[in-house]
Amino acid sequence: MKKIYDTASSALDGVLQDGMLIAAGGFGLCGIPELLLQAIKDAGTKDLTFASNNAGVDDFGIGILLQTRQVKKMISSYVGENAEFMRQYLSGELELEFNPQGTLAERMRAGGCGIPGFYTKTGVGTVIAEGKEHKDFDGETYILERGIFADLSIVKAWKADETGNLVFRKTARNFNPPAAMCGKVCVAEVEEIVPLGSLDPDTIHLPGIYVHRLVQGTHEKRIEQRTVRQKETA
Amino acid sequence: MPWDRNQMAARAAEELEDGMYVNLGIGIPTLVANYVGDKDITLQSENGMLGMGPFPLEGEEDADLINAGKQTITELRRTSYFDSATSFGMIRGGKIAAAILGAMEVAENGDLANWMIPGKLVKGMGGAMDLVAGVGRVIVVMDHTNKHGESKLLKECTLPLTGQGVVDRIITNLGVLDVVEGGLKIVETAEGVTEAELRDATEATIV
Repeated sequence: MKKIYDTASSALDGVLQDGMLIAAGGFGLCGIPELLLQAIKDAGTKDLTFASNNAGVDDFGIGILLQTRQVKKMISSYVGENAEFMRQYLSGELELEFNPQGTLAERMRAGGCGIPGFYTKTGVGTVIAEGKEHKDFDGETYILERGIFADLSIVKAWKADETGNLVFRKTARNFNPPAAMCGKVCVAEVEEIVPLGSLDPDTIHLPGIYVHRLVQGTHEKRIEQRTVRQKETA
Repeated sequence: MPWDRNQMAARAAEELEDGMYVNLGIGIPTLVANYVGDKDITLQSENGMLGMGPFPLEGEEDADLINAGKQTITELRRTSYFDSATSFGMIRGGKIAAAILGAMEVAENGDLANWMIPGKLVKGMGGAMDLVAGVGRVIVVMDHTNKHGESKLLKECTLPLTGQGVVDRIITNLGVLDVVEGGLKIVETAEGVTEAELRDATEATIV
C-alpha cells in the first residue's frame, strides 16, 4: 500500500530540498497539482527548477511560487499568461529554457523510461537546435534531446486507489502521466481515494508503480478562459 | 475584394477531406471548424484530445475540458483523451494529416516564423514547432501584408523560425499560393483580386 497523507504539506515532508528539479503536471491551469504547489510555497523551499509546460497565472499554480521568489528556473513551452513571470524574466531574476511542447513531454516520458536522449525533427533549423547534436537518419536531419530525470514529481489526478493507481479526467490528464514517470519520488494529489478493487484495471491511466505518496483534497480547479456558445433557438 | 477572415477560413476548410485528423491553430484557423460542413473531420487539440466539440452552453463549462488555447470546450461521441506525450507522439509520428495555423512571416522556401519577435514579449512556441515538423501538410492562413502594408511572404524570414521549409500552402486575404521549387506558385486569387495585385503585394519570388 502507498502511504496516504492527510495534507499536501505532510505528503511532501522530507522530500523537498533547495535547488531541486521538480516535474509538474498540468496544462494552463487544467490538471495542475494546486494543493502541492501551495504546500511548497508554505514550506519555503528555494532555488527550484520546474519542468512544467506553463508557469500558471500571477495568483494561481506555479505563479504563487514566483511571487515568493522560490523559482530559479523554468523549463516550459509557453509562459504567456503570467505578468510577474515576465517581469522577473526580463529583469534577469529568473532563468527560462523554452522547450517545444512535444519535446518537453517526450523528455519527461523518456526520463521515466530510462532513456537519456532521443532524436527528433522538432526544432531543426531554429534556435532550439543551437548547440545540440545533429544526426541524419534516412536523409532527414534530427537533433538530440535529453530525457528529464527529476528529483520530485508532483501531479494531480481525478481518482486513485490505495496502491496509487491513477485515473485522470478528460483533458486534465495532459502532462501528468509523463511528469509522474520522470521523478525519483512522485507525489499525487487526487480528488478522491477509492477503495481497492473499485477501479476497473483496464481503465487505469497510470499504474501505481510510478506513484509513491498520495493525498486527497478539495480542488478549486480554476478556469482560465471561460468560453460559451448561445443556445440555438429553433 | 480581398477575402475577410471568414472567407479565408472557408477557403482553408476546402483543403480538408473526409476522414482527416486535423489540428487548428489559434485565431483565423479556429474559424475553419465553422466551415467543414458535412465532411467527416476529427479535430485534435494537442493538450490531449481527439474529437474536439464546440464551446459549451453557459453553465455547462468543465474545468477539466479545455482546448490548447485554454478555452472551455465540449466532447463529441467520437472523442478520446490521452496524455501530452501520446498527443505529440501522434503529431511527431505523422498521424495528423494537416495543421492549419497563423503566421507572422513565410519565406519562399517554406520557412515559417510565428512564435517570437526579438525584443518584444516572448511567450513561447507551445506546440507549434512540433506540429510543423510532424504533421502531413502545413497550411498557413494569414493576411498577405502586415499593418504597415509590407509583404508577409518574403524571400527570407527575418524573425526566428518555427520550422525550416515546412509550409506547403498559404491562404491569404488575396489568394492561395503553394510553396514549390524556386518560390511560390499562385493557385488562385480572391474574387476581384488580380494576379498583378497579388504579385505587387508579394516580396517572395513567384514562379
